[in-house]
Amino acid sequence: MKREDIVNFIERAERGDKRALGRLLSVLEDLSLETAWIVEYLASKSGRAHIIGITGIPGSGKSTLISRIIKALRGKGYSVAVVSIDPTSPYSSGSILGDRLRMQEHATDPGVFIRSVTTKGLFGGLSLAALAIIEAFDAMGYDKVIVETVGVGQGETDIMHVADTIVVITMPGAGDDIQALKAGVLEIGDIYVVNKSDKPEASKTYEYMLFVAEKGEVGRGGGWNPIVVKTSATLGLGIRELTEALDKHLSYLIESGEKEKRLVSRRAHMIKLIALKILLESLNSVVEIESSNIMEAVKSMKGFYEEALRIAMLSGKRISDLISI
Amino acid sequence: MAKLYSKDAIDEIIKAYKEWESNVLPEWLSRMPERQKEFTTLSGIPLKPIYTPVDLRDHNYMEKIGFPGVYPFTRGIHATMYRARIWTMRMFSGYGGPEETNERLKTLIKAGETGLSLAFDNPTLVGVDPDHPLAEGAVGVVGVSAPTLLDMEIIFRDIYLGDVTTNMTINPPAPVLLSFYVAVAEKQGVSYDRIGGTTQNDPLKEFIAQKTYVFPPEAAVKIAMDVVEWSVKNLPKWNPISISGYHIREAGATAVQELAFTLADGIEYVRQLIARGLDVDMFAPRLSFFFDSHINFFEEIAKFRAARRMWAKIMREWFNAKKPRSWWLRFHVQTAGCSLYPQQPWLNIVRTAFEALAAVLGGCQSLHTNSFDEPFRVPSEFAAKIALRTQQIIAYETGAADVIDPLAGSYFVEWLTDEIEERAWRYIERIESMGGMLEAVKKGYPQREVEESSYRFQKEVEEGKRLLVGVNIFREEEVEEIRRVPLLEFNQEEIERRQKERIKKVRSTRDESKWRRALDELRRAAERGENIMPYVLNAVKAYATLGEIMDTLKEVYGTYEEPPYY
Amino acid sequence: MKNPPTTRKIKVLVAKIGLDGHDRGAKVIARALRDAGFEVVYTGLRQTVDQVVSAAIQEDVDIIGINQHEGSHIYVAKKLIERLREVGAEDIPVVMGGSIPILDIESLKSIGVKEVFLPGTPISEIIAKLKDLASMKVK
Ligand SMILES: Nc1nc2c(ncn2[C@@H]2O[C@H](COP(=O)(O)OP(=O)(O)OP(=O)(O)O)[C@@H](O)[C@H]2O)c(=O)[nH]1
Ligand SMILES: [Mg+2]
Repeated sequence: MKREDIVNFIERAERGDKRALGRLLSVLEDLSLETAWIVEYLASKSGRAHIIGITGIPGSGKSTLISRIIKALRGKGYSVAVVSIDPTSPYSSGSILGDRLRMQEHATDPGVFIRSVTTKGLFGGLSLAALAIIEAFDAMGYDKVIVETVGVGQGETDIMHVADTIVVITMPGAGDDIQALKAGVLEIGDIYVVNKSDKPEASKTYEYMLFVAEKGEVGRGGGWNPIVVKTSATLGLGIRELTEALDKHLSYLIESGEKEKRLVSRRAHMIKLIALKILLESLNSVVEIESSNIMEAVKSMKGFYEEALRIAMLSGKRISDLISI
Repeated sequence: MAKLYSKDAIDEIIKAYKEWESNVLPEWLSRMPERQKEFTTLSGIPLKPIYTPVDLRDHNYMEKIGFPGVYPFTRGIHATMYRARIWTMRMFSGYGGPEETNERLKTLIKAGETGLSLAFDNPTLVGVDPDHPLAEGAVGVVGVSAPTLLDMEIIFRDIYLGDVTTNMTINPPAPVLLSFYVAVAEKQGVSYDRIGGTTQNDPLKEFIAQKTYVFPPEAAVKIAMDVVEWSVKNLPKWNPISISGYHIREAGATAVQELAFTLADGIEYVRQLIARGLDVDMFAPRLSFFFDSHINFFEEIAKFRAARRMWAKIMREWFNAKKPRSWWLRFHVQTAGCSLYPQQPWLNIVRTAFEALAAVLGGCQSLHTNSFDEPFRVPSEFAAKIALRTQQIIAYETGAADVIDPLAGSYFVEWLTDEIEERAWRYIERIESMGGMLEAVKKGYPQREVEESSYRFQKEVEEGKRLLVGVNIFREEEVEEIRRVPLLEFNQEEIERRQKERIKKVRSTRDESKWRRALDELRRAAERGENIMPYVLNAVKAYATLGEIMDTLKEVYGTYEEPPYY
Repeated sequence: MKNPPTTRKIKVLVAKIGLDGHDRGAKVIARALRDAGFEVVYTGLRQTVDQVVSAAIQEDVDIIGINQHEGSHIYVAKKLIERLREVGAEDIPVVMGGSIPILDIESLKSIGVKEVFLPGTPISEIIAKLKDLASMKVK
């Protein structure tokens, strides 16, 4: 895509043109070295939004709950963007993006933008595309950016580097699944939600989560004690408590200076992913061009690796510097 | 108990069969090889070239086949069947506003019909008012628009509800539509014991197939059972539920799945009602069923026969029902809408005729035949007449109604009846092991099964394994001919405008405080978990609209949204 | 530095507009497209034209596929294409399937619908046509 087209998308998106923003996000999904400058531009505008990660057991009601949260946040006057990370279908290379379905009632709300992303990160976590899209929503002035990820298993804790507030969702009767969460995101929550509290076994799970939270085994430490909330997304119960918890956590982040730190961590993570991308693409071209000369290829690869690593360490580094290597 | 065939007879046939197989058949096959590698029914049941008494070697006549009107009812629920009375030709009809439908009903009654059957439009089916954004362009299209008591009063203007019975194809809003009907009857001075008819009111199949669900599964079943309980206690002549396999089949299920899932739905409802403390013999005679009749002729006949035998067993042996009437599987049939195609549409007349014949040979109580223009639009009068006449030809010309269960004793049909029954029991066992159909639906099990079958069928059509005349074989350029199909035309926009105006008028002229109180009481009753029927009836009489009542219930029970795949 | 070949998958919105609940066709298509490597956004039942257009824009899909069953196809097509034009998304091709009379294919195409698939159209044919449409679309 031509640079002036992209600039055109950015300008129109900044004026609130959703079509242009949608197109811009596609450019970000296919981010190449030539277009990495967009991310830098976006980063110069972003940093205001409250990034909320919603993660937890598959089928626990994350998407349904997000739909409720959107409604509540809109009621308070916030604009809301959602990045929903659909785990790619295990059956084939294609996928059916299913989260959006549960939030479609907000599709036409001018203050809401929902985007599904299928790409997985290199090592199973968040992809560069997802990060760049978050950056774009922030830059375009969305007050709240909600990121839905499946939170079971290793490689799913990336959200920790990206979200200001992490909400971990579980549900009653999910014994084994809670064990699975333990191997994943259970430890990193700022807020814990027991959804489907309309079910009879809910209070047992709630007690358990309270117990876990109070024992201090979970949470990201610092001066914040995780809050446990009971909700029913289908009936709309507990949503006010949940949004109050979100507000409370945001105030804590701002007052403690954590918000600033988390922004830095998010950027660092993104730079790391860009560096990795450079590395891999360079590697590809090396292997393509000089595959007959294996030792030569390994040597140049090593050079790239060291350079990328060095740059990734410097979290404040300009992205364009990275690209110029 | 004695077997149908003696051991000697079977041995003799086996011997002869083996000889035929090794001495006669090979030579024929080498000269005239079979058309296909494999023959199966539409549901994928593999078929042998011929069936013999050997396939029925363990059959006990009284246990498996018996007599009409006698347990297990394989041959029919009535001892006289169509020799006494032809099945009811119940043609599902209705479109436009209440005025159009009132005219239509009066014409039907003049023509001698006493069994009315109301089709509702999509907004009514999912419980939204005509001025809801989703109703745009849909008011009065596939059926009548009936959002208020006033509309229902107009639909039945000059029709005395003590003299007719009315079938209402309605599901989540069933409590509301039944209340409309009862309120109109009350105004006419008809006593409760004379109010007769049917509400479909079958929520489980909504999740499996029909997709006009509104509430989540548990709440949906609870509300439907409220309707059944209230009806059996107050309206002795009302059939409060029609347990429907039709939609399951139309969504792509096989015959076996249609049968198994429908009976499993029935089992769930019986359990729910017993759990409410109702005596099984009090409500079981009021349960009715509704099946599809598809194009694979023998399979359909076998399905109907198996259905009767299975339900009788379920009611008698599982639930200890004592009255023979409780063992009856009374059922309505509709020919398969999904077997009709827009290509060369007149071929649909032929398809429908075969399907209707299968329903009759299977012993249905009532029958709706589709019109050939169904793939395009609500039937024109011309097309609807052909459909009705098709039934009349079967009844009065073919002789198919003159002998009860005429295919009984066909080695093939009896074998296939057993086979379908056997396969259906396996599904039912599976569903039982999940804790019944409500649990299975929540897990998405039947949904997944139906989606699989539907996908498989589509693939078979594409690979040319299933041949559809005019669709994937014998195709034609036919635009000119189709131009000659006379389609029903009506001014939908005008009807929509009229319906929007009427509901506005209803809202502005009713007693505001009475209306508000009625809805509040409904909400509180629902929150307390009471039977909502008396409160819905009360709200209806205060002219609360369909949409308002449904919204009140949605606040309490929540709503349902299906995942994109299972 | 060289750009890697773009591996972007074709993203299709499969939608049903209005209240009709016949989703058998839409679901079969959604699955078949997934199996053919497409990214499918399915918006579920009971959608308005505006909801579908918003979803198409926000997801930036390559193609919008509408499945209609209750005789409202012309009405829906007109409204949809009008709305896409209003929001500057008329470049997203619209295709339709469902029980649509052969006679209406011409009118649908003159409204701006790119392809109409009748019942019984082999899925392989649908997939091939969608791939064509996606490749013709200016990126
Ligand atoms: N009973 C009950 N069911 C709920 C509740 N919230 C969601 N559900 C149901 O749970 C199922 C899954 O909901 P989703 O919102 O798709 O869950 P999810 O966590 O986003 O699922 P994935 O994205 O597939 O991991 C749906 O059938 C919802 O209707 C709740 O509070 N109570
Ligand atoms: Mg989800």
